[in-house]
Amino acid sequence: MRQELVHDTLIDSLRTSTKELRKTLLTMIHAAQSGHPGGSLSASEIVATLYFHELRIKPEDPRWPDRDRFVLSKGHVCPVLYSALALRGYFPYETIYTLRQEGSMLQGHPDMKRCPGIDISTGSLGQGLSTAVGMAIAGKRDGKEYRVFCLVGDGETQEGQIWEALQTASKYKLDNLVVIIDNNNIQNDDTCSVVMPLGDLEAKLNAFGLWTHVIDGHDLVQITSVFDRIRNNDSGLPVAIVAKTVKGKGVSFMEDITAWHGQAPNDEEFARAMAEIEGESR
Amino acid sequence: MSNTQGRATRDAYGEAILELGKDDSRIYVIDCDIGRSCKTVEFARQLPQQHINVGIAEQNACGVAAGLATCGKIPFVTTYAVFGSMRMLEQIRQEVCYPHLNVKIACSHGGLTPANDGASHQGIEDMGLLRTLANMTVVAPADFASTKALVKAAAAYDGPVYLRFTRDAVPFIYDDQDEFEIGKAVLHSEGTDLTIISTGAVLDLCRRAAALLEERSISVRLVDMHTIKPIDRAAVLSAIATTKGIITVEDHTIINGLGSAVAEIVSEIGTVRMRRIGVQDQFGESAPYERLLEKNGITVDGIVKAAQELLG
Repeated sequence: MRQELVHDTLIDSLRTSTKELRKTLLTMIHAAQSGHPGGSLSASEIVATLYFHELRIKPEDPRWPDRDRFVLSKGHVCPVLYSALALRGYFPYETIYTLRQEGSMLQGHPDMKRCPGIDISTGSLGQGLSTAVGMAIAGKRDGKEYRVFCLVGDGETQEGQIWEALQTASKYKLDNLVVIIDNNNIQNDDTCSVVMPLGDLEAKLNAFGLWTHVIDGHDLVQITSVFDRIRNNDSGLPVAIVAKTVKGKGVSFMEDITAWHGQAPNDEEFARAMAEIEGESR
Repeated sequence: MSNTQGRATRDAYGEAILELGKDDSRIYVIDCDIGRSCKTVEFARQLPQQHINVGIAEQNACGVAAGLATCGKIPFVTTYAVFGSMRMLEQIRQEVCYPHLNVKIACSHGGLTPANDGASHQGIEDMGLLRTLANMTVVAPADFASTKALVKAAAAYDGPVYLRFTRDAVPFIYDDQDEFEIGKAVLHSEGTDLTIISTGAVLDLCRRAAALLEERSISVRLVDMHTIKPIDRAAVLSAIATTKGIITVEDHTIINGLGSAVAEIVSEIGTVRMRRIGVQDQFGESAPYERLLEKNGITVDGIVKAAQELLG
């Protein structure tokens, strides 16, 4: 009973954090009038659970050598990551209003040299996962406890390098690596099914030797449960989580609409979006 | 100094990387299934904890190296020049140069030297492509001893470096006591008529051409520009100031390599004329190395002829 209570409190708290993430990322994209809301919104529950619960990090010491790493391989959804970093205190919250502005630490795609808390610069799709593999190998060889989490877009798995990285993770038994696929089924031009069908992602990941889980990527109970399950990974395998999500989640007029992949809301749309997120009942 | 003996500079890399790895556990080798050709087999055998073989997957190799570098390692991605400069070029740009990570790209089979392998394996564009990337340093040592020294200099330097080696034996020119600094050219002779600037293993051809020219009373300033980026600007300015013409020689396309790098400075500063000797904007083929060089005019005679034209 007591544990359930703790769990309910955690879920409530993460729900609040997710709401704050969504509001913050929309605020920065609206202020910049540029950015990628769709995939940021679809990844919000996952990023919230990582940054407000699962990751062992020290915002006051972003380069702490024993920290868990987070690689945003789908670098274009950095507004959701910047929001998490801002809310965790990696930099002053007001910095969000400088997104994509000249001289800002919040570049259009993540820049590890400018922004505290960014473990690797990304933005060119297909490449982040390889860097996560390198970090995980270093951790194992050095006998470190840290884990490496990598968020990959589902469209991004069309890049061959993703599969090169996965086979390496499998070969080196990187049980300290967690690959999360944001499976929102929409990419830049259209749905993945139209642009380039992804096939059975779960079967493909299993075939590449990953301990694969499929969850609802907006269900905080499922997300926290799968993280609980893999925390002490004794499978000897790298972990994959296919998170079934909805692009634009949380803003009714953005949900499942391809156009919101990389388009900023105008003032009226922004006001509606913020009201919807604020008024979200659950 | 020079003699008929020599060794491939890829062998020097194999020796240097093993010595480095034994001294410093941060040194890693990332192989792409051509460790046997690139001379990292002993490293893999003796230092398995510092060795990774990602298989035939160069793009991934580059990313893995970048990730290792963020954790304090000094990874050497080891492959052929064609793959190290082209298959993973954008990965180098995004994950190594842009974040200025401490990754080295160490490539055998630079230039036309994998002669009988044919055009697919002859990396004749590599240095020019890498030179275009911000934050990148590009080094092509001339012989065995300078390769060992420059590999060690690259390991000591904190940042991206592209290193180019030969598959085939090249004559010994330097000895173990000679010192090399990245970005600092080696002046072989102080001439007043003509400067020959060389990069990589063609230095031997340049030395022989210089000797012939001296016999004809042409005073040659000979420069080994082992680092084409950052280029030793002072060495080029001295050549402009002290001689009447500059010939650049490289086993690389004349587009965007050493010749272009020197010409960029000459066009801004100088009044001297230039000739660029190198691969003539064409692919190679399977043939003896000397034949391939001949077809592009990268020969002692070619250098001498260019000198006479230039001073004519």
